[in-house]
Amino acid sequence: MATRVGVVVFPGTNCEHDAVLAVERMGASADLVWHGDTSVAGFDALILPGGFAHGDYLRPGAIARFSPVMEVVARFAAEGGPVVGICNGFQVLTEAGLLPGALQKNRGLRFLCTTVTVRVESSDSVLTSGVAVGTELRIPINHFEGNYTCDAETLARLRAEERVVLRYVDNPNGSVDSIAGVCNEHRNVVGLMPHPERASDPLLGSADGAVLLGSLLDSAAVGGSGASAA
Amino acid sequence: MAGSAHFSVLVEVRLRDGIADPQGATIERALPALGFTGVTGVRAGKSFRFDIAAADDADALAQATVVADRLLANPVIEESAVTVQPVGAGA
Repeated sequence: MATRVGVVVFPGTNCEHDAVLAVERMGASADLVWHGDTSVAGFDALILPGGFAHGDYLRPGAIARFSPVMEVVARFAAEGGPVVGICNGFQVLTEAGLLPGALQKNRGLRFLCTTVTVRVESSDSVLTSGVAVGTELRIPINHFEGNYTCDAETLARLRAEERVVLRYVDNPNGSVDSIAGVCNEHRNVVGLMPHPERASDPLLGSADGAVLLGSLLDSAAVGGSGASAA
Repeated sequence: MAGSAHFSVLVEVRLRDGIADPQGATIERALPALGFTGVTGVRAGKSFRFDIAAADDADALAQATVVADRLLANPVIEESAVTVQPVGAGA
């Protein structure tokens, strides 16, 4: 059976169809999950896509964190289910405490819409399991608040545990330690500012994001079947 | 939680010391154009005002502090200062 991916939609999310299309073209099935839903039963993986959840009011992700669906997202993650937050989804996951740190306004207060090169720094996460360390990927970014920030203690821990999964080759936004993506302790929750779904086909200018989404689908097929049996 | 009195609350949210403030830095860089060359240490923040029903000052402060810590500020990068006063007192 095809891997089933749930794509979480908040009011103001705007990248959900890109995410659905990208994983469907890789052979998975995907369904939208409304932020008011209180079940993610049957899904093997969850994606929190980009956009402006709840208008980004207060801070990106600050209100989304209280959407009913986040309780079941947290439970799904706690049971080992693969969860990936892209851009605004990354912001939501940090606000929800599922990932460490926070995303601040970009250095220089510039909205960035460009394609950047990121380097895979760890193959030990649900998003990078199929990619060798050191691989460089060309993937678009599209954000105003992608400046990853955390305290020195958290940074030391992220480094020691090799939980920085992606780094910018040429830091575009001021992120501490050029961090573009991090994972949680159990490596099944990953957040990243670049948009792999927008680099999933040569027609889009790059297909480099496909290896990341492919890793997610592989992780879901391995670990997700147990979680979805509940 | 609600009580018989109403209190007006001011929550000021600011970035923690040591956290870079791109907004503050940009504002600071703009000031020389206005002729202010001696301004340093600009930090941008947010303030929130609301009314709250509570039994007394201490209850109002306790409730407002939860609102500040759980929603208005992100404790990873921000800290907040909460002040309350009875509605009608002062002005």
